[in-house]
Amino acid sequence: MSFVKLTASAIAIAAVSATAASARDQVQVAGSSTVLPYASIVAEAFGENFDFPTPVVESGGSSAGLKRFCEGVGENTIDVANASRKIKDKEIAACAEAGVTDIIEVRIGYDGIVFASQLNGPAFTAFEPADIFNALAEKVLKDGEIVANPYTQWSEFNADLPAADIMAFIPGTKHGTREVFEEKVLLAGCEATGAMEAMVASGMSEDDAEDACMAVRTDGKSVDIDGDYTETLASIDANPNGIGVFGLAFYENNTDKLKTATMSGVEATTASIASGDYPVSRPLYFYVKKAHIGVIPGLKEYAEFFISDDMAGPDGPLAEYGLVSDPELAATQAAVAAEDTMQ
Amino acid sequence: MSDFTADNGPAKAAGKSSLFTQTARTKRRNAAETRFKVYGIGAIALGLFFLVALLFSIITNGIPAFKQTFVTIPVELTEAKLDKNGNRDPADLAKVTTFGYKPLVTNALVAALKEQGIEIPFAKEKDVEDILSSSVAAQVRDTVLANPDLIGQTVDFRLLASSRVDGYFKGRVTRDSLARDKNLDAEHLDVADAMVKAGLMKTSFNPAFIFGSDASESRPEQAGIGVSMVGSFFMMMVVLVLSLPIGVAASIYLEEFAPQNKWTDLIEVNISNLAAVPSIVFGILGLAVFIQFAHLPMSAPLVGGLVLTLMTLPTIIISTRASLKAVPPSIRDAALGVGASKMQSVFHHVLPLAMPGILTGTIIGLAQALGETAPLLLIGMVGFIASNMPDGIAAGFLSPNSAMPAQIYEWAKRADPAYYERAWGGIIILLLFLMTMNIIAVILRRRFERRW
Repeated sequence: MSFVKLTASAIAIAAVSATAASARDQVQVAGSSTVLPYASIVAEAFGENFDFPTPVVESGGSSAGLKRFCEGVGENTIDVANASRKIKDKEIAACAEAGVTDIIEVRIGYDGIVFASQLNGPAFTAFEPADIFNALAEKVLKDGEIVANPYTQWSEFNADLPAADIMAFIPGTKHGTREVFEEKVLLAGCEATGAMEAMVASGMSEDDAEDACMAVRTDGKSVDIDGDYTETLASIDANPNGIGVFGLAFYENNTDKLKTATMSGVEATTASIASGDYPVSRPLYFYVKKAHIGVIPGLKEYAEFFISDDMAGPDGPLAEYGLVSDPELAATQAAVAAEDTMQ
Repeated sequence: MSDFTADNGPAKAAGKSSLFTQTARTKRRNAAETRFKVYGIGAIALGLFFLVALLFSIITNGIPAFKQTFVTIPVELTEAKLDKNGNRDPADLAKVTTFGYKPLVTNALVAALKEQGIEIPFAKEKDVEDILSSSVAAQVRDTVLANPDLIGQTVDFRLLASSRVDGYFKGRVTRDSLARDKNLDAEHLDVADAMVKAGLMKTSFNPAFIFGSDASESRPEQAGIGVSMVGSFFMMMVVLVLSLPIGVAASIYLEEFAPQNKWTDLIEVNISNLAAVPSIVFGILGLAVFIQFAHLPMSAPLVGGLVLTLMTLPTIIISTRASLKAVPPSIRDAALGVGASKMQSVFHHVLPLAMPGILTGTIIGLAQALGETAPLLLIGMVGFIASNMPDGIAAGFLSPNSAMPAQIYEWAKRADPAYYERAWGGIIILLLFLMTMNIIAVILRRRFERRW
């Protein structure tokens, strides 16, 4: 009996080695969890309308996705990396080292980042970047001096905000959203409060001051969320005073539990993001390995379909889900059709 | 001695113990015993309470996932829209995408509402289409492509309602909660109520949840666990075919043939340690060995099965060795005594007697592997994987697929609350599988296990 099974396992091992050379016929995508819903909607429609199999879309964060993207060229590496930020020079260099030299950058549209809290929680209805900076930065300007963040309640630095304990859930460092949060909120707040100026005046170099501005307090009032937005939502659910950082599309699917605050007096809507009035928005991208086009069936078709007017246009299903359509979509379509790579 | 007999009466003098009166010390000991019993009962009660609470929440949250709201309307398959050339050429038909089918379905819905005299409370009649799932165009298109003769006719379709409308009939969505929701308006619910009255809309059992495949974020109503169930099945096949013979062969050698020296001691210690290694470690190993080195396909159940085999092997080896050990040495001695070789004594006598224990251990190991998600994260089996049912055994092993626990994890982290309900529904199905496997293990043990 055992011998029969042993033979069976030998056959299985033989099958394993035989298939090692077989070609992959579906597009493999990984990366940002913000882009994941859009990519899954496109992948599904792609599978329905084309003769290619439905692409596989994994999440894990922009940095994790780009890291896998830069592992090399070949069937056992991914074809497309989704990212909620631009690829960094460091990552391009890492890519080049592994032989991934021709990268096509595709901007699919824009996404807003909102600050949301429990629907029935304290009245967090209007924020300025300065408020977020005062609440969450490691060092703030108080009475003309740079001190370690002393604030425990929102009302301590802005009387218009509720007297609630500071508690924020922000995306962890592997998320592209974190970077936008740091640059467009913390840094802006740092400049607005004058902390930046004071830091430079105290003898710090410009770069060091920027880094200090973007440092987040580590005394437990700000919590890094490494998982997805559902984890942030669960934390907010359990914490009436909590403020969470979400993508606009996620918020719009959970309006029964969350309310958003305006930023600099502007409400986050697809219209205010498209016009550029809402300050905290960022472009979403995906990156395609040019070396895989023609090798992996359907890769170019997938990229073209993603940014077609039917999908990514102002009336398409992506916009319906919460993507802010890119006004320069036509230029992107032309660039993808011509397979223009990054310089 | 005479003192002893004189004192030997009931409760004669203080300081002497009696079986009939309790001294302070006995009382303390008895109290300690009673306390311990109470702690024990308390612990069991707490455990039972959590079990009941868990089952209750799983069932109440998960049962709605098995039901779905459907809309039944006649759709006119206009030839001018679907087949401009009129030649029914499949290549031409395929050129009309789902975006071409969408207006047909929307018009059909508007027409059906008008026929029933249901008022459409929107400035643009087209806005009523949000009642329907965005999957409907694909459903109609698939039907037409499979049967081009339908073009030109008016056909009754049973279409999915959108997840918000479905949630309304399940009590998840209310008119108040829709006030801040941009996906659907309260007026849509008025239309939906009227459609139920007119018999156009009905909530009924949804087999697609058990047999269907995953769907994208925008249409949770279409998602099903069936394809990932098949993925789990193929992975379990790999685990069974590899880990049972390898595990049993290894344990027979170690238990019956191997010499006792420091090498076998080292191997034994390492097997015990491997059983305690966190499963994610096996995932990293699988990524490095099977995908990056051996170039096996990503997201394939074959690779998942190989990784889970590594994880299950120690469990099977340990339980097999335990059941081999439990066979009394007299059986071996008797076999050797009548002239059997060592191998004959093992395969003819010891192994059959140890088989029930081996199978029980294997099933428990498989059940463990079935519920595992962490190692699958690293080999690309967690994500949006909406493949169709694999068309053949080779495709089953090699084409991308997910697994049941991975699918549940994926659903639980999606934005739409309707996916949360489906995650609970998936848990019910997964639990049913695990319970079945454990019951089989119990039955095998009860019926075939021998005691000496």
